[in-house]
Amino acid sequence: MDQNYGQITKDGLWNNNIVFAQALGLCPLLAVTGTATNGLGMGLASTAVFVASALAISTLRGIITPQVRLPVFVLIIAVLVTLVDMTMNAWMHDLHKVLGLFIPLIVTNCAILGRAEAFASRNKVLPSVVDGIMMGLGFTFALVLLGAAREILGSGTLFADAKILLGNWAGFLELHLIPDYKGFLLIILPPGGFIVLAFLLAGKRLIDQALARRGKPLTAVPAANQRKAI
Amino acid sequence: MSPSGSTAFRDRISYQALLLGGFSFIATALLVIGNIATHDAIQERRMENLRASLSQVIPDSLHDNDLLDSPLQYHDATGRPMTIYRAVQELQIRALAWETIGKGYAGDIRILIGLAADGSVLGVRVLNHTETPGLGDKIEATRSDWILGFTGRSLRDPPLNKWGVRKDGGDFDGFSGATITARAVVESVRDGLVFFRENCTALLEAPVIHTPVME
Repeated sequence: MDQNYGQITKDGLWNNNIVFAQALGLCPLLAVTGTATNGLGMGLASTAVFVASALAISTLRGIITPQVRLPVFVLIIAVLVTLVDMTMNAWMHDLHKVLGLFIPLIVTNCAILGRAEAFASRNKVLPSVVDGIMMGLGFTFALVLLGAAREILGSGTLFADAKILLGNWAGFLELHLIPDYKGFLLIILPPGGFIVLAFLLAGKRLIDQALARRGKPLTAVPAANQRKAI
Repeated sequence: MSPSGSTAFRDRISYQALLLGGFSFIATALLVIGNIATHDAIQERRMENLRASLSQVIPDSLHDNDLLDSPLQYHDATGRPMTIYRAVQELQIRALAWETIGKGYAGDIRILIGLAADGSVLGVRVLNHTETPGLGDKIEATRSDWILGFTGRSLRDPPLNKWGVRKDGGDFDGFSGATITARAVVESVRDGLVFFRENCTALLEAPVIHTPVME
């Protein structure tokens, strides 16, 4: 069983990462990643919904029939997101002011429905929750990475407004990397999201190839690459 | 209760219908409970927000009432309803504040305007906007002090035909790359001042109903 959880963790964070491998959930991803802080907030809120939906759906998987599973999953996810939205609005209002716009967007994140369908509806409760946590963290990782890259290139800062999201202790995270930077508007706007995402996807493939080459130095893949390079 | 019997039952259309109906019912119930549980707290937070915004455009020294107390329901020239918050000191209306909407580059800009009873601007704040980050967001008080430039202005300073951005021959700076945003804010404030000039008698003489304060 240990290996099983290890595999779930590896899949969620890297091998089968929501963004870098499955290319799901790009609508909220591109919409909110103007800054690393926004990415982090959206990632954490999505993780909460990932876990709650995994818990609910794996618990109820015995009574949900395949014929009506999709409307039931959508209903469960929509109810969870609405409850999270109302709770945060009432009792975590400062956080809600920052994230409020993005929370309803979580419903449109097909990755959550994807995990419900592919994992939670076929597995026991505990593995499903672990899968939810890992997929959520992998998504958060992608959002923060993309947000940080766009923020540094676009406005020359990193983790601006982290204080509003995390409280005053997070002040040290707020960096102004490039003084007197005029800003690079294209990167902040939606096209910049696509461009930076493309570079990150290419980067993941390069890393995967490098890992594969190091793992199996005598296979045909690197040889083929070398021949092409020459 | 053989397994095959249970499978047959689950495949029946009535089971599917009951399942969907049951889930919809539970979902509705959960949302109703959630709404009841959070409604008051959310209203409370909204009032706190509004009070905090109002205190930015009407100084505390100008009123001894609660600004949210008995606001005036009015309507502008186009008949759109508006809520006017009144600052009262010693039973005299000292200042007014209301929300107006400017047409920005990427959507509505919600603006809160505070005016003194003599028709000069006490303060302007942008509550909410969807302008371009890095260009149009200089209208926020936290990003630039441009919005503070309205304080103390009135329809005499500058005269009405100079209430525009420099590009249109007015007296107010615009932002390079976001003229439409600056123009929307300047013209909203100008329209607010004109609205006040045309309605000031009615606005300043409307009776203020004092609700007894419960100790």
